[in-house]
Amino acid sequence: MEPIANSLDAVLEAVLSKRRRDPTQLLQILREVQEQVGYIPPPALTAIAAALKLPRARVEGVAGFYSFLHLQPVGKYRVLFSDNATDRLLGNLDLLGTMCQKLWVEQGKVSEDGLVSVDVTSCTGMCDQGPALLVNGRPITRLTHQRVNEICELIRSRRPLSLWPQEYFRVEDNIRRKDDLLNTVLEPGAALAAAMALGPEAWLGEVQKSSLRGRGGAGFTTGVKWEACRNAPGEERVIVCNADEGEPGTFKDRVLLTSYPDHVFEGMTLAAYATGARQGFLYLRGEYRYLLEPLEAALQRRREAGLLGQGIRGQAGFDFDIEIHLGAGAYVCGEETALIESLEGKRGTPRIRPPFPVIKGYLGRPTVVNNVETLAKTVLIALEGAERFAAVGTAQSTGTKLLSISGDCAFPGIYEYPFGVSIEQILEDCGATDVQAVQVGGASGTCLASYEFHRGIAYEDVPTAGSFMIFDTSRDLFEVARNFVHFFAHESCGFCTPCRVGTSLLQNFMDKLATGHGAKYDLADIEWINRLLKAASHCGLGLAAANPVVETLIKFRPAYERRLQSLDFAPAFDLDQSLAEARRMTGRDDADAHLSSVEAHR
Amino acid sequence: MSDTKKFLLDGKPVVFQDGQTILEAARQAGHYIPHLCWHPDFPAHGSCKLCIVKVGGRHVSSCAMPAKEGMEVESNTPEMNGERRALLQMLFVEGNHFCPSCEKSGNCQLQALAYDLEMLSAHFNHFYPNRPVDASHPDVLLDFNRCIFCELCVRASRDIDGKNIFALTDRGIHKHLVVNAESGRLADTDFAASDRAANICPVGVILHKRQGFARPIGERDYDAKPISVVAMEEVEK
Ligand SMILES: Cc1cc2nc3c(=O)[nH]c(=O)nc-3n(C[C@H](O)[C@H](O)[C@H](O)COP(=O)(O)O)c2cc1C
Ligand code: SF4
Ligand code: SF4
Ligand code: FES
Repeated sequence: MEPIANSLDAVLEAVLSKRRRDPTQLLQILREVQEQVGYIPPPALTAIAAALKLPRARVEGVAGFYSFLHLQPVGKYRVLFSDNATDRLLGNLDLLGTMCQKLWVEQGKVSEDGLVSVDVTSCTGMCDQGPALLVNGRPITRLTHQRVNEICELIRSRRPLSLWPQEYFRVEDNIRRKDDLLNTVLEPGAALAAAMALGPEAWLGEVQKSSLRGRGGAGFTTGVKWEACRNAPGEERVIVCNADEGEPGTFKDRVLLTSYPDHVFEGMTLAAYATGARQGFLYLRGEYRYLLEPLEAALQRRREAGLLGQGIRGQAGFDFDIEIHLGAGAYVCGEETALIESLEGKRGTPRIRPPFPVIKGYLGRPTVVNNVETLAKTVLIALEGAERFAAVGTAQSTGTKLLSISGDCAFPGIYEYPFGVSIEQILEDCGATDVQAVQVGGASGTCLASYEFHRGIAYEDVPTAGSFMIFDTSRDLFEVARNFVHFFAHESCGFCTPCRVGTSLLQNFMDKLATGHGAKYDLADIEWINRLLKAASHCGLGLAAANPVVETLIKFRPAYERRLQSLDFAPAFDLDQSLAEARRMTGRDDADAHLSSVEAHR
Repeated sequence: MSDTKKFLLDGKPVVFQDGQTILEAARQAGHYIPHLCWHPDFPAHGSCKLCIVKVGGRHVSSCAMPAKEGMEVESNTPEMNGERRALLQMLFVEGNHFCPSCEKSGNCQLQALAYDLEMLSAHFNHFYPNRPVDASHPDVLLDFNRCIFCELCVRASRDIDGKNIFALTDRGIHKHLVVNAESGRLADTDFAASDRAANICPVGVILHKRQGFARPIGERDYDAKPISVVAMEEVEK
């Protein structure tokens, strides 16, 4: 993954021919060119456009959409600190400051010698072993000041990443509690054999009987989705495994893909068997690039074992294979229609629904999009039967749920529980004391205060895609909410007016409050923006973007009021602040260079 | 008679055919629903959200939502118009709209809608983005300061002109248009003033040179009648 000074033409030719000059592979092509060149120079965009017979502007538009793609040089070493609220608790910004100072580089800029750039990125899914960063796309976990100092040394001495201590790149599973899924040892092919003994209709019936619901957030009934795809008109059907895992604080799909890849791939094949799909995709978030090779190897093993490809398990006509597509830093691509756009090599903009993907998805084909964990769960249904599966959990939420637990607790990591488990129980198990709040379901989820800890994890009570972030009483929940608002503003795809503008307005309001310039009037505006986001957003991102603020405003209002000026209205324009540049240029910061003191003199 | 399907728009029955969206059916029946990114010659885009209506208590984009028998649609209500006004305010503050000096004044759909929905102030703080102007083309000027990202130029150039002159890049609040040239200059594309894409922008981004302020005040599109009336007269033509 080291940027190599290779001739651009040779790189382009190799990547383009490997990707068959297929326009749906555009994002993969851009990514691979960048992996070799370090960034994507303008002539490369022109050449790629010509080779794929796409307008250059469209190629530029796609490249510009994904935050991990760069159209300008970003340094030989590109360091990105994960900036989730949990990384903040662990002091990531302090470490970032240290690194910038040591390397003589300003955050977000490239050092003058072109050696390094340092910046932040959205949650990288390492919250249980943070603070974490990505260097040229590879994760480094468990950062300390010492480790940061060592990394600065390695960068200064231009040591190739392959020669850095391998210990840095270790990513732990941290599985703390196993239940039905994590306890299941799967002999590859065993679940398929069980389903094939039933036949596709009866197998689909079994999935429906299990009442399995999607683990990716929305909680849609999986059997219903599969049946709709199976019955949709069209020749080709597609199964997509959503491994975008972008919701801040979620990392359970990473662990499944690391240690249970056969469960996931077998689940996809089970879905193909039920729906008649022949084509499969795993959409892997760019942050998990390091999992690509092991996952490719797992796919290859399955092909060799006759579990993928033509005539699966010897049954003529049962053809199905899986291709891995990497994302490139865009949370919105977890939304299923944006994901499909991205799979087609486009900007990750959510589509108009209806039609839903089960009717018209990838290239217009009926497409099932399921979360990693959902698909892994179908293996359990095949092996043990729907009844056994449905006996666990609650009536409306059958089976177990994987939780990614991080923040203020003694034992962060992965916990598998039957649905219905109470927040209290979870907090006790992970060694969390003195808890002020728990953010369940990630930035777009819900913030629970201590009087709600008796509630349980279930679709009908506290639903979650798996993120569970704990904040103790020493934490400032306003800052947590502000972090999430910045996340949404950064990740908004910008397609629709309310979210494109509203998330940035919200960010500005939160920043205004943070600097002590807010007034009651601003809180009213925040609530108004929330209403517009809820009313008019095109997808779930905008819909949820104000949740963290609105909920903490209700439940932890003092955290906001503490910051308000007593007046009802304070202008966003701050005269003293606008003099900051003049102060910087003149090197002054004495009392007389500040407006407040000038006023006080009068 | 039994096979005419109807829904209720602000309490009034509207007849529709299968496959029509709420906005299309309403328009055909002579009812105006505000819109910016929707255009009769193109499939729905669904990005500006000015066309939001409430159906059974839920908000939907009327330009994209298929009409269904018996729907009860709320559109011209203080609540919906209040939300639309706020969306307009968002569009105004994210760009740089100095209407008095804009050549499109009086013929601009954004401005006309703002008048019609009685938007009296921008309410939110302006972003004052830095968006350079492209004056390279001999016949057409691009003033990106006013872009509302309706993508009509993108769609017209792609689907009608077959040229793909425009595309969007970046994302979120940084989203912006680019043109199809490595230099980034319109002059280096095969864009022509006669392209459909050169004549479709609802605001003042894509402007023909040497024609500024050609129509005097009083004779411009929205001088005499509000956009809600002008848009419906266009249907009748
Ligand atoms: C902004 C946004 C981000 C999402 N991110 C993810 C994700 O990372 N992983 C995921 O499985 N689902 C995600 N979803 C939900 C998907 O759209 C979709 O509902 C899900 O993949 C369906 O799978 P399931 O039925 O198995 O849950 C996201 C939705 C939205 C609106
Ligand atoms: S809500 Fe946000 S992320 Fe979703 S389509 Fe609109 S701008 Fe894009
Ligand atoms: S230039 Fe005009 S037509 Fe094109 S996206 Fe912007 S506002 Fe729409
Ligand atoms: S007109 Fe419907 S979203 Fe723009």
